Amino acid sequence: MGRQEIVNSIQKMAAQLRKDVVLMIGGDGHVGHLGGSCSSADIVAALYFHKMKLDKQNPKWEGRDKFIMSKGHAAIIQYAALAELGYFPKEIITTLKSFGSILQGHPDRNKTPGVEANTGSLGQGLSIANGMALAMKLDEKDNKVYCILGDGEMAEGQVWEAAMAAKNFKIDNIVAIVDKNKLQATGSICERFDTNPLPEKWEAFGWKVLEIDGHNIEEILEALDKADTIKGQPTVIISHTIKGKGISFAENVVGFHNGAMTREQYGIALQELDAEIEKYN
Amino acid sequence: MSKTQSQRLAYGEELVALGADNRDIVVLEADLGKSTMSCLFQQAYPDRYFEMGIAEQNMLSMAAGLAASGKIAFASTFAVFAAGRAFDQIRQTIAIGNLNVKICGSSSGLSDFGDGSTHQTIEDVATMSVIPNMTVLTPCDAAETRQAVHAAAEIEGPVYIRVVRNDVPDYISEGDTFELGKMRVLKDGNDVVLFASGTMVEASMKAAETLEKDGISAKVVNVSTMKPFDEEAVLTLSKEAKAIVTAEEHSYIGGLASKVALALKKSKVPMDYVAIEDKFGQSAHSVKELMDHYGLTEQNIVAKVKGLL
Repeated sequence: MGRQEIVNSIQKMAAQLRKDVVLMIGGDGHVGHLGGSCSSADIVAALYFHKMKLDKQNPKWEGRDKFIMSKGHAAIIQYAALAELGYFPKEIITTLKSFGSILQGHPDRNKTPGVEANTGSLGQGLSIANGMALAMKLDEKDNKVYCILGDGEMAEGQVWEAAMAAKNFKIDNIVAIVDKNKLQATGSICERFDTNPLPEKWEAFGWKVLEIDGHNIEEILEALDKADTIKGQPTVIISHTIKGKGISFAENVVGFHNGAMTREQYGIALQELDAEIEKYN
Repeated sequence: MSKTQSQRLAYGEELVALGADNRDIVVLEADLGKSTMSCLFQQAYPDRYFEMGIAEQNMLSMAAGLAASGKIAFASTFAVFAAGRAFDQIRQTIAIGNLNVKICGSSSGLSDFGDGSTHQTIEDVATMSVIPNMTVLTPCDAAETRQAVHAAAEIEGPVYIRVVRNDVPDYISEGDTFELGKMRVLKDGNDVVLFASGTMVEASMKAAETLEKDGISAKVVNVSTMKPFDEEAVLTLSKEAKAIVTAEEHSYIGGLASKVALALKKSKVPMDYVAIEDKFGQSAHSVKELMDHYGLTEQNIVAKVKGLL
C-alpha cells in the first residue's frame, strides 16, 4: 500500500470509529463520552490499524504492543477499534453500559477482550503503562506501550509522578499521547483549571516532546515513527485536537463531554459520518 | 518467653528466597527499603528491584502494569502509605483488575511509635478488607510472615500483608504448614476463646496463662488470614465456650472484632474486644507506652474475659 492509500484507509477507519461511537451512545437519551472519544479517533485509528503490532486472531498474543486509555471515559473509541478488529462481534457495541454487557462505562481488562488495564480514576494510566513497558524490557521484548491521556487529566499529580518515573528508568518504549482537546467536563481548560503550558512541562520532566495536529494522519504517522527513533528517554506527543471532532453539532461543545444526543442529532451524526466514510470509498 | 524476631527481616529474606526460584518476582519500593527490608532483594536481584522514589501512588499503579504483564509484583512501604495514600490505585487497577500485586504494609499499627498519628496505621485491615478480590494477611511472627509472603506469591490476585516494625516473639514453627484462610489454635482451652491477630497473639497467650491461674481455661486462636475470613471456624472453635474476646492492634471498626462479631451473628456466646477505639495514635518513646495507653494489654484481655463470665 502506498503512503496516500495508508493515510486514506486510516482516515476512513477514523470516521468508521466515530460512527461506531455514535451507534454505541445511540439516540435514546443515554449519555456517553462523545467529545473526548471523537478527539482521539484519528490517533486511535492510526495506532490500531497501522502502527501497533497486534494479532487480530488473538488479543492476548505475547508479541503485541499495548494500548492504555488513561482517560478511561473515552473507552468507547477503543471499544470501536477492538470491535472493528474483530476482538468481539461488532453487534455487541450497541449493548454499551447495559446490564451484563462486556462493554463497561470504563475499561475492564477482565470483561473486554483487548483491554489491558482498568482505568477510570484519572491520572493512573501512564503509571500502568510504565509498568508494562518495564516488563517488556525485563522480558527483552521489542514492543511498545502507547498511552492516551487528556489535557484535563494533566491536573492529576500522579501523571507527573509517572512522568518522572519514565525518565528515571529511561523507559524509551513508551509513547504518551496527550489528546489536547482544550475542554474538560465543565468548561474550557484555560478558564477552569489551566494545565498549560504542556510542552515545557513535559520537556522539564525529561521527555522528548513532539507536537502535532491530532486530526492530520500524516502528522500522526510521522510522529509515531519519529518516536521509534528516540532512545534513552520517553516520548510524548502533544496532539492538538478538537473535542467532538467530525460531528458538527458536537465540535467544541462542552456539553458533549458526556452528553446525550437527541434522535435528530443522532441521525445527523450518522449522516455526516457516512458521508465522510463515503469520501474514501 | 520464646525468642523474638523481626517480621520485616523475614519479609525481605523470603522475597530473596522467592526471587531465586522465580524470575517473575519483581519488587518495588518507595524509599523505605531499609525499613521494610526489601533492600535485601535489591542486593540479591538489582535488575528486578525498582526504587520508585517517594511516590507511592505511581508505585502501586506501576506494580499493576508489571503484574498485568505476567510479573508477580511485591510493593512495600509503610502500611499507611499503601493502604491509605494509594487506596485508589489499589482499588481501581489492582483489585478490580484482580492483578498479581502483593502489597506489604510495613510498620503497621502503632509500631512506628515515634512518628505519631500520621504514620500509625489503625485502619489498614478495614480499608483493604472492604475491597473485593483482596486477600488480607496479618502474620503474628517472623515464621508466619515468611509463610504469608510465600503464600501470597502463589495466590492468583492481590494480597495485602501486614507486618510491624518491632521484633515479635515466635509462636509459629518454620515447619508448620500455613493454610490460607485457616485459623490456628496456639493453645487449647475449654472455657473461653481468645481470637488474636498479629502482635496481640503475644498478649493473648500471656492472658491465657493468667486466666489459667484463676481456673479459667482459655483457648488462643491466631487469626492470620483476615480475608477470606473463616466465619465457620469462629463458630466451631467457640461452640462450647462461655465467652469470646478478640484482640488486635487495629481499630475495632472493620478489623478482627468486627469480623468475629459478624461471624457470631447467630451465636449466643457473649463477646467483647480489645482493640483501638475510634481514635488516632500519637507519638511515644516506645510501642509499649502506646499499647498500654490504648488498652492493648494482657491485663485488658483478662479483664474483658472476666467481665463476660
